[in-house]
Amino acid sequence: MRAYDATGHRRLLTAALVLLIPFLGGCDMVVMQPSGDIAVQQANLILISTILMLLIIVPVMALTIYFAWKYRASNKGADYAPDWDHSARLEIVIWSAPLAIIIVLGTITWISTHKLDPYRPLDRIDAARSIPAGIKPLTVEVVALDWKWLFIYPDYGVATINELAAPVDVPISFKITASSVMNSFYVPALAGQVYAMTGMETKLHAVINREGEYEGFSANYSGHGFSHMRFAFHGLSQEKFDGWVAKVRAEGATLGRREYLEIERPSQRDPVRHFGSVDAQLYTAILNMCVDPAKMCMGEMMHIDMKGGAGVESHGNKERLEYDNRYQGPLTVPGMLHGAGAGAKAGPKDPHAGHEMHGDDAHSHGAH
Amino acid sequence: MAHTASTLEVDSTDVKFYVEDDGHGHGEGEHGHASDGGTMLGFWIYLMSDCLIFACLFATHAVLGRNYAAGPSPADLFDLKLILVSTFMLLLSSITYGFAMLEMDKDRVKPTLVWLAVTFFFGGCFLGLELYEFSHLFHEGATPQRSAFLSSFFTLVGTHGLHVTFGMIWMIVLGVQVWQRGLIPDNKRRLMCLSMFWHFLDVVWIGVFSFVYLMGVLQ
Amino acid sequence: MDFTQLIFGRLTLDAFPVHEPILVATFLVVLLGGGAVLGAVTYYKLWGYLWREWFTSIDHKKIGVMYIVLAIIMLLRGFADALMMRLQQAMASGGGEGYLNSHHYDQIFTAHGVIMIFFVAMPLVTGLINLVVPLQIGARDVAFPFLNNFSFWMTAAGAVLVMISLFVGEFAQTGWLAYPPLSGVDYSPGVGVDYYIWALQVAGVGTLLSGINLVVTIVKMRCPGMTLMKMPVFVWTALCTNILIVAIFPVLTATLALLSLDRYVGTNFFTNDLGGNPMMYVNLIWIWGHPEVYVLILPAFGVFSEVVSTFSGKRLFGYTSMVYATLVITILSYIVWLHHFFTMGAGASVNSFFGITTMIISIPTGAKLFNWLFTMYRGRIRFDVPMLWTVGFMITFVIGGMTGVLLAVPPADFVLHNSLFLVAHFHNVIIGGVVFGMFAGIYYWFPKAFGFRLDPFWGKVSFWGWLIGFYLAFMPLYALGLMGVTRRLSQFEDTSLYWYFVVAGIGSLFVLGGILAFIMQVYVSIRDRERLRDTTGDPWDGRTLEWSTSSPPPVYNFAFTPMVHDLDAWWDMKSRGYKRPLEGFQPIHMPKNTGTGIILAGLSVVLAFALIWHIWWLVIVSAVATAAVAIWHTFDYNRDFYIPADEVTQAEDERTRSLAGGSV
Repeated sequence: MRAYDATGHRRLLTAALVLLIPFLGGCDMVVMQPSGDIAVQQANLILISTILMLLIIVPVMALTIYFAWKYRASNKGADYAPDWDHSARLEIVIWSAPLAIIIVLGTITWISTHKLDPYRPLDRIDAARSIPAGIKPLTVEVVALDWKWLFIYPDYGVATINELAAPVDVPISFKITASSVMNSFYVPALAGQVYAMTGMETKLHAVINREGEYEGFSANYSGHGFSHMRFAFHGLSQEKFDGWVAKVRAEGATLGRREYLEIERPSQRDPVRHFGSVDAQLYTAILNMCVDPAKMCMGEMMHIDMKGGAGVESHGNKERLEYDNRYQGPLTVPGMLHGAGAGAKAGPKDPHAGHEMHGDDAHSHGAH
Repeated sequence: MAHTASTLEVDSTDVKFYVEDDGHGHGEGEHGHASDGGTMLGFWIYLMSDCLIFACLFATHAVLGRNYAAGPSPADLFDLKLILVSTFMLLLSSITYGFAMLEMDKDRVKPTLVWLAVTFFFGGCFLGLELYEFSHLFHEGATPQRSAFLSSFFTLVGTHGLHVTFGMIWMIVLGVQVWQRGLIPDNKRRLMCLSMFWHFLDVVWIGVFSFVYLMGVLQ
Repeated sequence: MDFTQLIFGRLTLDAFPVHEPILVATFLVVLLGGGAVLGAVTYYKLWGYLWREWFTSIDHKKIGVMYIVLAIIMLLRGFADALMMRLQQAMASGGGEGYLNSHHYDQIFTAHGVIMIFFVAMPLVTGLINLVVPLQIGARDVAFPFLNNFSFWMTAAGAVLVMISLFVGEFAQTGWLAYPPLSGVDYSPGVGVDYYIWALQVAGVGTLLSGINLVVTIVKMRCPGMTLMKMPVFVWTALCTNILIVAIFPVLTATLALLSLDRYVGTNFFTNDLGGNPMMYVNLIWIWGHPEVYVLILPAFGVFSEVVSTFSGKRLFGYTSMVYATLVITILSYIVWLHHFFTMGAGASVNSFFGITTMIISIPTGAKLFNWLFTMYRGRIRFDVPMLWTVGFMITFVIGGMTGVLLAVPPADFVLHNSLFLVAHFHNVIIGGVVFGMFAGIYYWFPKAFGFRLDPFWGKVSFWGWLIGFYLAFMPLYALGLMGVTRRLSQFEDTSLYWYFVVAGIGSLFVLGGILAFIMQVYVSIRDRERLRDTTGDPWDGRTLEWSTSSPPPVYNFAFTPMVHDLDAWWDMKSRGYKRPLEGFQPIHMPKNTGTGIILAGLSVVLAFALIWHIWWLVIVSAVATAAVAIWHTFDYNRDFYIPADEVTQAEDERTRSLAGGSV
């Protein structure tokens, strides 16, 4: 069942597809010619499924045209059997032929869906190489904002807006969330997309195999600024990547809670921005919808709910949990502007942040 | 001729191709048939679709029913004794509606109307208790805006309550119509539809009582 | 409280887009066009006629026609949206901003989707079923004629609300399924989503009631002899479609009701905060949404089955497997919804399950295709316009089916989801399947409804316009999808996409040609109606009961209820020397016309408008008025009458004369 991994086959199949739809030949079909191993496997899957289905589609199309021509009314020479309406043998064929194809395709689907599950850590760099021992995956925390992307590199303590970089042949582990509405994190050259949702964390594991600059964007409509919600994804050699990180660290500003709350407000066509230092708790706070320290973290809320709620005398909690209406007034929290200046200090004030809501909770939340 | 095997008539001479004695062409309001199958079937299908609305609300409650948003939970809020009383009110109203239908079958207008009035009374008690419960909850700050649990609770129970209200309005209208015209076939058919509706609300309430109240408090 | 706010809610002068040149121009066109139509109706004193003969009619044939007219009008609006999108994308991908800002563009793609599904495809399907099914089962009307009229007007009321949103306020900018939290009140505070909600809720009432009505009609009112396995395939597909409608529209109603509670009351069903869960909306809406596409496609399958058998002059191949295929599709359509959001992060096993169930649907669908194919085999195929649509469908639909199965493979969906590939796919099946099917059906049954055929020349022009236009418009979109272009974009940075969008735009112009040719066809056919007259009632040498009566059929459809002995009942009657009864007619019991349907629907528009604009006093007034009219209607027991035997005799004698004249 691993036939669709072989590059040779793929080239052959691409050729077949290109022959079929000639005008596709010249263009830059990034989905079919990607640069990351996951996306390559997904492209192969598209090809193999298409070929499988063409086995039945092509004869149907040909027969349609042939029958339409052969049995036209003016062709008096053709057979005419006005009452012929049943043939057990034919019926078996017309049910079993699609069935056979779907059995094969279903098997491929089951296997490939498990193998290419975005939550599953990688077990290889590409078709030829497995993961070298001792290599540490790069973690990137992705936040979809209105209407720009925030990328946090917890391993390096840096962050960027609308720019993503990763060393080639190093597994990347994305943790994805959003600040307001649903988006979809998608770099076609790298791997398939995954939704970014507020208060939840989705995951994606991928690797880029070739250096280059690729396009990334939101693939789920999210409002007026959606069209410009794009970013560049740089696949860099390890050296260049280290250089890039150093550059971000050197030139960048600080990203604390206060800065985040400013950035989070809706804006369009944001330029690339670099942050040399990031509040270590920031991503967890974003995920828990409690960057504003006056808000209760989702994790804490879920903890309370699991223990049976907070009773009738809990009116104050409602305001602490309101989140969607946050743009409707100025930032209301007194002390916010003082306390959050040094973002790192806000962390300890908020003991629940970062513990209650693990990614897996969010995942299961998403799955059910 | 190669007709399907089920074609019985082979000889064409005395095959009938139409019904000679018929004047009825449509289902609604056929005179002389109180148990008009078309209306009953249609109303039944409507009830099933209504049932699906409730199914969605139950499913929503199943998903959101424990999201208290750090607020009150069923155990903090529900007074099972009160709910038990209102449950009996509704069950009783179903029984009395049954009595009304028995009287209808005997073509006795006045007893039918009396039993309808009794049903209306019990339905009113049920609604009154529900409104009392709601106002009590509001008083405690447990409003539909407070948490997803309360949103789904109020919506599920409130939708049922709206149905009961609608049924009671229907009961008044139908009572007037029976009083005006007696138990003519049209009215009998309508009484049977309302009967199905009313019992249906009972069944839904059993679901609400068990899943929302009992299981809510027990958790 | 502010006095004007008390009177007008949040409706202010700003709601009227007087500073938007495109909208003002559109408004003027609508005003002039609408004014001309209304003026002509007044001038020719047609109001009384329209009111008596059409608006208040409970005749299923007229209601069917009104549904189709509504659909064609809304098609013009929905297609204008499509043209605007094509133009914007072509302009923006060539460098520059285009002529639409995102506020407009986002409304347009939302309105396009909503209109095309709810107010074009649905009324076409319901209209055709209404027109044809009672005739095919040998009934004189549907089970609940008044409800039928009411259902139509509720659908029309929904369409009216969408049209009002063009000129008063705005429409939703959320995409056609209005996912929260974007559609929640905090991220979409305007009236757009409210228009969306209430238009669909009002129309949804009509759809649900019409679904119930038609199920009961098919189950209860088939003529003697028509067992389930002798029902024409179109009736089978109509039955399955309406069962699906009854089974899914309550889900839509409930889902939208919860969304409106979030927006109006401040509940927390689909909010990010306070325990809400937006993913639940996505699940619920697709539990409705996926079967919905089968609601649309099944009747199209039914049309093709009728057409292919009639124009091949042959019994349908594999009737039984056709019926079972339809049933299997109906049931399976309920357990595939998650394939619309594989990318939400459900586990691999869940995704594979839904992917595989989706693929399984292609098996019965494939069987159906083979059945049509083998119906053509050893037939005598006449290439009248309906048959052209059918062959065009068979070629086009398999491509859409293939890309659909491709999208059902979850890892493939991860790269194709939300892309223009997906857009091309569903247009491929909806245009190539539903639209082609409905046009085939309209051409096929038009002579039955009006007594004259549609002009074949313009019919062929229309067909080729649509077919060529479809391929030009959507093949580039498949390619763009593979180039990683996502849907709903109004701005592009990559100018290499330009030519693809230009080709797609040219394709949409071909489709425009197809639509205009259709209108031309209707005009030419009315003009030349004497040349195209069908006096036989059976212009295509048909096989099913609707062809046994006159064209157009009398109000009672059949003077005597037919008795059926074979699947192809009319073919059977013709081949066994059926003699039309000429005497012995009896009075026929029929329902009376009523204006209650249109009044209730009109009040619903007012109620919805008041809710949208928060005009609370009007909400109360119109709600009370709606209830009062509904209750008042129940006090009217006098809803039917008898057509006297003389009148029946007279009508039937006329038919006898016309048959004699037509057979020359």
